[in-house]
Amino acid sequence: MNRIELTRIPFIKNTLKSRYPQLAVFIVMLVGYIFAILAGLIGTPVGSHNFSIVFVWIAWWAILILVAVPFFGRGWCAVCPIPLPGEWLQRGAVLAPPDKRPKWLNLRVPKMFRNIWMQNISFLLLALFSSVLLTTPNITGIVLAAMLFAAIGLSAIFERRAFCRYLCPVGGFIGLYSQTAPIELRIKDKQVCVKCEGKPCYNGSDAGYGCPWDVFPGGMTKNTFCGLCMECIRTCPHDNIAINLRPFSADLAKPSTRMDEAFKAFIMLGSAIIYAGVLLGPWGSFKDAAYNVGSGAWFIYATVFLATIFIVLPGLFTLGIMTTKGRQSLKQRFMSLSTALIPLGLMFWVAFSLSFVLTNASYILAALSDPLGLGWNLFGTANAAWQPMLTTILAPAQTLALVVGLVWSARTAQKVNEAGASTIPVIVYCFVATSIMLWLLL
Amino acid sequence: MSYRLSLLLLVMAGLVVAFAPLPVQPITPQERTFEIDAHQFAYSPSELHVNPGDTVTIQLISTDVVHGLYVDGYDISVEADPGQSATLTFVADKPGSFRFRCNVTCGAMHPFMIGKITVGTNDWLYRSIGLASLAVIGFFPLSSFLNQSKKKDERNIAS
Repeated sequence: MNRIELTRIPFIKNTLKSRYPQLAVFIVMLVGYIFAILAGLIGTPVGSHNFSIVFVWIAWWAILILVAVPFFGRGWCAVCPIPLPGEWLQRGAVLAPPDKRPKWLNLRVPKMFRNIWMQNISFLLLALFSSVLLTTPNITGIVLAAMLFAAIGLSAIFERRAFCRYLCPVGGFIGLYSQTAPIELRIKDKQVCVKCEGKPCYNGSDAGYGCPWDVFPGGMTKNTFCGLCMECIRTCPHDNIAINLRPFSADLAKPSTRMDEAFKAFIMLGSAIIYAGVLLGPWGSFKDAAYNVGSGAWFIYATVFLATIFIVLPGLFTLGIMTTKGRQSLKQRFMSLSTALIPLGLMFWVAFSLSFVLTNASYILAALSDPLGLGWNLFGTANAAWQPMLTTILAPAQTLALVVGLVWSARTAQKVNEAGASTIPVIVYCFVATSIMLWLLL
Repeated sequence: MSYRLSLLLLVMAGLVVAFAPLPVQPITPQERTFEIDAHQFAYSPSELHVNPGDTVTIQLISTDVVHGLYVDGYDISVEADPGQSATLTFVADKPGSFRFRCNVTCGAMHPFMIGKITVGTNDWLYRSIGLASLAVIGFFPLSSFLNQSKKKDERNIAS
């Protein structure tokens, strides 16, 4: 399947080029985000009746992992409200034409931080406390506020969207999995970019700002770091930027060459397995350990969590690929073959989230009518009874997701593997991981 | 064998693995009673095994706050007040593995207060692992077809 350029359709192109539709979505999102913070801080402490828990961890999470990431890649980043206040302060404007003089320090992020290790660490920090975070409204409120202020602080110190690019705990895995999405922003003709003077897509012009994600579109070959903010569509003087519909996982034919991205794949794979066991399994002692932060049991849980992600999963993977011969070094093979774990991890998260979301989605109606748990009944649904949804199709849907993920990963392993080397160890690894996930979920 | 025929055979094998009826050993239904302690945020015992057709009685005893027990798939539930017990009786006529979960908000980790009841054997798990195995076994011949056709396309483009 060849690419279909969506920006050839005038309506789509004009909508993306204009700042007003995006601003309208931004404002709705920002209002919702600030309301989630307030609900977390002043609303009922009962998580299942608080807007912050229900709308962030059930509604938003469902949309993100079941729709936005698989089909739109970084589509969420395109409308995420977290960087907005910082970016507006950094620019000194919301919609006004860019002023070349920096309003704040405008420093470049130090080279040692220009990778996704900080995002790996920030995700793991949240993951280790996730049982409390997912269930306690004021903790969710504090974390959401902290992310907003961290984004403002980093915008004041560094140029562009340093928070999104290097620190956001969600942005790291969205970037990783956006490589599988059937949508991309790419240039149309490389020669046009080569000859283009001033590179306004990166440096900005009177028409718009330089890439907030610190990416030069002319050199972009993967979705990973493109936030789909559409700024380059506005600034390109040659109409050389396109939004394309493409086959799923087109980026995965190009193997990963970075250790931070390789470990991101293990972090996401391991977290999905551990969550499936701890949160959705029948073992109460695991839940106690995960919830009682600071207790001895929690330290054991945290140690097992980190050991699984940093030692057990990558260690077994390395042992597997050591059994095959290849021209590349073991480190290169580790990084490139870890690309095969990206679709598997995505489908693990889809299968895990299906269970969590379908079971708890009925809380959305009640929280909509009484978002703070104060006894309101705005839409007459405040007393909607809890009822799991679609439980009869849950198990087949999870099996389908996991088996599709397994085949997708096997195919990816073949694509990224060097000629002549065997992919059997990687496929066996994926099969064993899938079987464990099936056992935990079914 | 062509790619399409291989794919068709694989899909048919998948359907057999997923849906073919399995031989069932006739077991005389029994009356089974379980006493389950419910406390924040776990059931004890948290895993139950019964045979298809058994009449299951669950005596739910809540040891701290109000707890409930809702059985997925059966859509039945019971609630127990603190220090009290409540009884739920049903015929386990649907085979498979089902989660049971608290249906009364009982604290922070309430959404994850979960147990598991298996009626007969967890066939769907074995079928799912069978489907995963079949997918891996069938993957190699199908992918070699795809690789050959890709190379053929590349040669055609080159010539």
